[in-house]
Amino acid sequence: MEKEIICTVCPRGCHIKVVGDDKNVQSLEGYGCKRGVDYATAEFISPVRILTTTVKIDGNDADLLPVRSNKPLPKDKLFECMEIIRKTSVKLPIKQYDVVISNICDSGADIVASKSVL
Amino acid sequence: MYNINCDVAVIGGGPAGLAAAIAAKKEGAEKVLIIERDESLGGILQQCIHPGFGLTRFNEELTGPEYYSRFTEEVSSLGVEVLLNSMVLEVNDSEKTVICVNKEYGMTKVVAKSIVLAMGCRERTRANIVTPGTRPAGIYTAGSAQRLINRQNIMVGKKIVILGSGDIGMIMARRMTLEGANVVMVVELMDYLAGLTRNKVQCLDDFNIPLKTSHTITKIVGDKRVEGVYVAPVDENKKPILEKEEFVACDTVLFSVGLIPENELSKNAEVEICPVTNGPVVNQYMQTSKEAIFACGNVVHVNDLVDNVSAESEQAGKYAARLAMGSFPEKEKEIAVKTGRNVRYTCPHKLIKSNENEKVNLYFRVLAPEKSVKLIARCGEEIISSKKEYRVNPGEMNNLCIETAKISGNEIVIEALKEE
Repeated sequence: MEKEIICTVCPRGCHIKVVGDDKNVQSLEGYGCKRGVDYATAEFISPVRILTTTVKIDGNDADLLPVRSNKPLPKDKLFECMEIIRKTSVKLPIKQYDVVISNICDSGADIVASKSVL
Repeated sequence: MYNINCDVAVIGGGPAGLAAAIAAKKEGAEKVLIIERDESLGGILQQCIHPGFGLTRFNEELTGPEYYSRFTEEVSSLGVEVLLNSMVLEVNDSEKTVICVNKEYGMTKVVAKSIVLAMGCRERTRANIVTPGTRPAGIYTAGSAQRLINRQNIMVGKKIVILGSGDIGMIMARRMTLEGANVVMVVELMDYLAGLTRNKVQCLDDFNIPLKTSHTITKIVGDKRVEGVYVAPVDENKKPILEKEEFVACDTVLFSVGLIPENELSKNAEVEICPVTNGPVVNQYMQTSKEAIFACGNVVHVNDLVDNVSAESEQAGKYAARLAMGSFPEKEKEIAVKTGRNVRYTCPHKLIKSNENEKVNLYFRVLAPEKSVKLIARCGEEIISSKKEYRVNPGEMNNLCIETAKISGNEIVIEALKEE
């Protein structure tokens, strides 16, 4: 399998050509630094992203609580996570970094409040 | 009229105003007041729930609410005073007053020793770029759609076309996809991306949203609701090639076509405005052409990273405080900063050589993308600061550090030279 990955570590944005299979990288071309090698390897084998969205607040239709995953999630689980978050609502007061959903989709990451709403 | 006296009055409680107020207080100004028209502090970051903030400043990837809450916490612990729900109507330089209107106090006159303008910017709209067609429901600027979705729980549409590849447009493409909408395409007039590369990767490529560069929307169609748009490629003069026009069905159009610094107050106060940035002309203290009026953040020039806004706003706050306390640097000479090869504008626009030797961070944007570039600052033929960049892009701010002691003559030229 071959994939072209645009490195997002710095603004240089190297286009890195990665060849490998599901578990291993065989070769990398076009990187500019060591950080690019690490990024492209991780991005090739298991791309992850921070998920940010909002959840409803009980008894308040006009306001939302911004939330985030406390660590990056597998990219292919983002929509599955969104399904769960969509059905979630919170009670106030809530403090920044309070856990809203723990271990979402068995990813090991928690969905936490991005801010306090008192 | 209700009266408030303070040392430093800051207009705007977004990232610029917060950083300026904190810096002013830390510098020793006794009474610092933030005047904000919204019901809470944080400015536009309140609706920027996505990550990507603070990478430079905190070495962490924060969301907008996390980023601003670090500042609002400091604002309250330092005892900066805040006047919310207050719309500023006038800034008067000669009297050093700010007139605002507030529900509780009515018309309020704030008398200050120095004033910091931190009003931010607003979005360009369909009207600014004159897109032909009908005027149905379903047409938004990307930022107003962002506010509706992220703060007000109102979804704006199901099938979306976005005009402009600026960061807000791309971020909204991802946001609406995650919320179940179908983003058909992002259309960009220029032949390059307007926003940051990482946003293209994480907001468009991740969700297979096509980016059509060198294209534009030629017409919006629909009676009550948007029914679609016509999209055409453009020639080298950015004129649409109408023979190649195609219909794209959608129910919503978002415009992400740039930002304009919000300077009505500055203009009324007769602050000199730079025709390129549409913001006040400033020196390295972020001081405008009026001695007691400072300006910082997107009201001066539209930034791509909030980290830069915080840094330059701290300068504004610090020197606004020093002016208020009577300890402002003594000016020896004013140096003009000129733009040379492939430089669109610089901020600050001029430098003050004072009785202090200062290291100034000079920000600037290039006119066109280019690879293998050497950025230089020169006085005549003498290069006083330089830096190599693998690539420069109008969407990404550049900077050079300049020591004021090294400046000779009356001007500095900033250039992006092509390296052989």
